[in-house]
Amino acid sequence: MSSVRLVAVSWLLQFKMIMRSPFDGFGNVIYPLFFATVAFLVFRAGDSPRTLIYASFGAAVMGMWSSVSTSAGSAMQRERWWGTLELLVAAPRHFSLILLPSTLGLATVGIYNLAATLLWGRFLFGVHLTIAHPLLFALAIVGTVVSFGGLGFLFAVSFVRFRAAWVLGNFFEYPVWLICGFLVPIAFLPGWVHPISWALAPTWGMNAIRESALGGSPLPDLGACLGLGLGYVTLGVLVTDRVLRAARLRGTLSLT
Amino acid sequence: MIVAARIFFVGGLTSFRALFYWLTPWIYIPTMLVAPIFQILLFAYIGRSAHLRSDEFYLIGNALQYASIPCLFAMSQSIGGERFQETLSAILVSPAARFPLFFGRSLPVVLNGALVAAFSLGVGSLILGVHLPAGSLAPLALVILIAAFSCTGLGLINAAVSLRIRENAVLSNVIFGFLLIFTGANVPLDALPGWMSTAAQGMPFTHAIAAARKLAAGAGLGDVAGLVGAEILVGAIYAVAGFALLRWFEVQSRRYATLERS
Repeated sequence: MSSVRLVAVSWLLQFKMIMRSPFDGFGNVIYPLFFATVAFLVFRAGDSPRTLIYASFGAAVMGMWSSVSTSAGSAMQRERWWGTLELLVAAPRHFSLILLPSTLGLATVGIYNLAATLLWGRFLFGVHLTIAHPLLFALAIVGTVVSFGGLGFLFAVSFVRFRAAWVLGNFFEYPVWLICGFLVPIAFLPGWVHPISWALAPTWGMNAIRESALGGSPLPDLGACLGLGLGYVTLGVLVTDRVLRAARLRGTLSLT
Repeated sequence: MIVAARIFFVGGLTSFRALFYWLTPWIYIPTMLVAPIFQILLFAYIGRSAHLRSDEFYLIGNALQYASIPCLFAMSQSIGGERFQETLSAILVSPAARFPLFFGRSLPVVLNGALVAAFSLGVGSLILGVHLPAGSLAPLALVILIAAFSCTGLGLINAAVSLRIRENAVLSNVIFGFLLIFTGANVPLDALPGWMSTAAQGMPFTHAIAAARKLAAGAGLGDVAGLVGAEILVGAIYAVAGFALLRWFEVQSRRYATLERS
């Protein structure tokens, strides 16, 4: 119970800090809107059977992913710059319980991204959205946020030995946009890309959101999304233990 | 004259190496060489999905437009970075002529921006299987260089503003976003609303991208001379405006003691 409380309180603290950060709270929200605008304009100008509604949901989840990928990779790096990393690692609670809320907070900002993009499409491009299964749609969003937070957590702990961790986070922004079916159906991509897409929770989160909104059956996709998210967190915990043990042995936690 | 040349060339290169934080391979390769390839692929596949234009259209548009990342970020770091290193006052109190001081820092930025765009165009064409005629390569290289110059002019304005604001990365990303939408890199200008295509005429890359597409389609350099001239003019206007803004902020900083304000 105390672990749940720790995660909840840390999540709230991190969320407040993110919302006051010009880069994470403002830049990361409006940056995907530029890409969403291009997507709307391209789909409006083209003659594809895929509609602006398809693009609207894809662009919205692009924004959710951006808020995680660009900043989660450097979540530990930020603690290092602030001089709080050693204190947090030395705290009696497992470090994962402190780091996971940080990436969950970033993923939560993604909900704001999603709403902003949908409203952008509604008011600037006249995309009228009707949500077929509102409850499942809400569940799909929450499940996607949780799995994005889990993937961000795995990024954060995996990149801790890199001084330029933020670059690796940025690096994954475009590839995930491309191969997870946000704006381009996965069937359009080469066959060897498909297994990579299936191993990424954003693929299933995107499917779940679209299916719930357009009247399909989102539960299998949501299950896959949450299952992968749980897998990322488990793997992240194992990586955390290994990374912190190595850093303690070599005295390299601060990387100075 | 020799002193001015030293400030321009040696000072410019030294500042670029010292202040452009992305020159380490750990940052440079993913950010400058790999990311543009994914941007090209993303929009090429979106174009295929939307049935809008060919791969060549998105390849050229995005390869050139991505030069805005090095041009905007490097320019702001090469000048605005002085403030964060607390060396700005030492620079501005020196008697060095301002023209070589500021424009010298922009030369490596132009060359780097052109390198990034050329690399993206070359690798992107190999991946997408887009054939660029051998005869178009030299004119394309020239157009890329001019596009990088033009955007570096805008980068000078960005650099000047970075003397006043904290979050220049956010501003650079916003400018990048506008260039992505307006310049015809991904959306044909005739498919944009009228006011957007009109505004695009005053932005870097718009004319260079149009010229590069014509060159790739077999046109000669003479056929795109008007577009090339327009791109140079746009870049020159931004460069002059950026230099004027830098000088104005310098004077204002002295007058109101805001040089090191952060």
